[in-house]
Amino acid sequence: MSSLLTLQGVHTHIGAYHILHGVNLEVPAGELTMLLGRNGAGKTTTLRTIMGLWPASKGRISFDGKAIGGAGVKASTPDIACSGIAYVPESMGIFADLTVRENLLLAARGARSIEQIDTKRLDWLFTMFPALKKFWLYPAGKLNGGQKQMLAIARAMVEPRRLLLIDEPSKGLAPAMVRNMIAALRELKSTQTTVLLVEQNFMVARELGDGVAVMDNGRVVHAGRMAGLAQDDEMQQRLLGLSLASHQ
Amino acid sequence: MNQATEIAIPKAGFDWLPLALVPLLALALLPFVGSPSTWLTLTVAGLAMGLIIFVIASGLTLVFGLMDVLNFGHGVFIALGAFVATSVLGGMSAWIGAPSLLLNLGAIFVAMLVAMSVAAAVGLAFERVLVRPVYGQHLKQILITMGGMIIGEELIKVIWGPQQIALPLPETLRGAFLWGDAAVEKYRVLAVAIGLVVLGVMLYTLNRTKIGLLVRAGVQDREMVESLGYRIRRLFIGVFVTGSALAGLGGVMWGLYQQNVTPQMGAQVNVLIFIVIIIGGLGSTLGCFVGALLVGLLANYTGFLVPKLALFSNIALMVAVLLWRPQGLYPVTSR
Repeated sequence: MSSLLTLQGVHTHIGAYHILHGVNLEVPAGELTMLLGRNGAGKTTTLRTIMGLWPASKGRISFDGKAIGGAGVKASTPDIACSGIAYVPESMGIFADLTVRENLLLAARGARSIEQIDTKRLDWLFTMFPALKKFWLYPAGKLNGGQKQMLAIARAMVEPRRLLLIDEPSKGLAPAMVRNMIAALRELKSTQTTVLLVEQNFMVARELGDGVAVMDNGRVVHAGRMAGLAQDDEMQQRLLGLSLASHQ
Repeated sequence: MNQATEIAIPKAGFDWLPLALVPLLALALLPFVGSPSTWLTLTVAGLAMGLIIFVIASGLTLVFGLMDVLNFGHGVFIALGAFVATSVLGGMSAWIGAPSLLLNLGAIFVAMLVAMSVAAAVGLAFERVLVRPVYGQHLKQILITMGGMIIGEELIKVIWGPQQIALPLPETLRGAFLWGDAAVEKYRVLAVAIGLVVLGVMLYTLNRTKIGLLVRAGVQDREMVESLGYRIRRLFIGVFVTGSALAGLGGVMWGLYQQNVTPQMGAQVNVLIFIVIIIGGLGSTLGCFVGALLVGLLANYTGFLVPKLALFSNIALMVAVLLWRPQGLYPVTSR
């Protein structure tokens, strides 16, 4: 399958710190690719570098064949977002003082008012995330952690995007919330949307991932199919310091 | 449209307490003032002063909220607006001196429009030349914007001279309305009306338009706004220019309130507007509004009751508010 997003030898410096040391990554179109790794491996930095929030100092990032990042490329974060990439940060990035409705309206770049958002798409989102309908006029800051995460993901989906970058959506969520989130992401997968998902929870990764890339010390040290990694205890132990048995 | 709005449940509760402080403060000081007519005069004067401060400070608080820019040069737009008004109104002396409310208001309206346009244009240049190179560097922002204000003051002296210039009220706006024993100055009623119109336009823009939504979102998390595909810098320039224009408008109102203008007036008002935006919560428009009214009312009451404490009263108010709510009256959640 052809790659929608490609990172070639990407380096990122944040101040004096050299965080990414030549990341090579391919995200196939229409698949959900998991980006795994221990804390501090560089997963969040990779997503932020793709979005242009921390510019790559070396290497090349291309999206659908066009360079969007790397040395000599001047694409800004809004340019990258407008090219069809949605980003859900680890912090969720919810506008707490704005209502659920206003958060979704902001994410719909083409709509000047909520009436201009595709009603069918909105109903589809409400089916996946009923809490959003219930708390439509509530300030987003009043929602619980799981509901905020749902809003963050819904915001990335309110208009069709070609690629979703999602950073640790299960972090800090209760198990029931995690199950809801898995169901929502599975629904998203069924639409053939390309997703790059950072996750610490291996169970979530195993349930959702088509492909997988594992990072360590600012590099991708393994790339392949998720099913292959899920079946290989020794590889999990070596790459992630865990075995699936310990999570069952 | 969709079912969502039909089944929507009511909004979560609004925090009325800071807003209630305004009438509470006014009523609490009524027994100290003694005479209801004097109290009414002071209250209207305080509200007028508060609304003028709000007009001036509202742009500054959004500028800080959106881009973390500490603009200590905001005062220069106030003085500029006031001095431009002296020139405009000086050239319209026939309208100002005419015993016609319509002509008088027309002259003030023209002066305000010109002052806002000049302040906006200078604001655009100020942002490009002084502020843009120091994004994200607070110490440099303080130094360079203060330097900008000093240069601005000196340029005003070059153009209009260093002396105080009288800015008399138009014929029909002089004097006061008499309600029983209470005398309410006509201009203060006009200042309250203009302040309320600005507040209304601002609240409508911030709450009912997509641009306003972007400004509110940008104040909370500008990085996320960019990640959604919006250019926050353009938005910031727009807010900076609008804030400068509002400061110019506030300068005209303040000049007419004091009936004279000096090149230093911006620096003097600067202290008040920083107190207001700190009390209100940095980046918060509603907080700025409540803070400005509290400052205006308290300055007038203490000016009457204990004149020696008038300057101290606003500092004391800021300390009291920050002890109660360290992030200000209406803190912006994500800051």
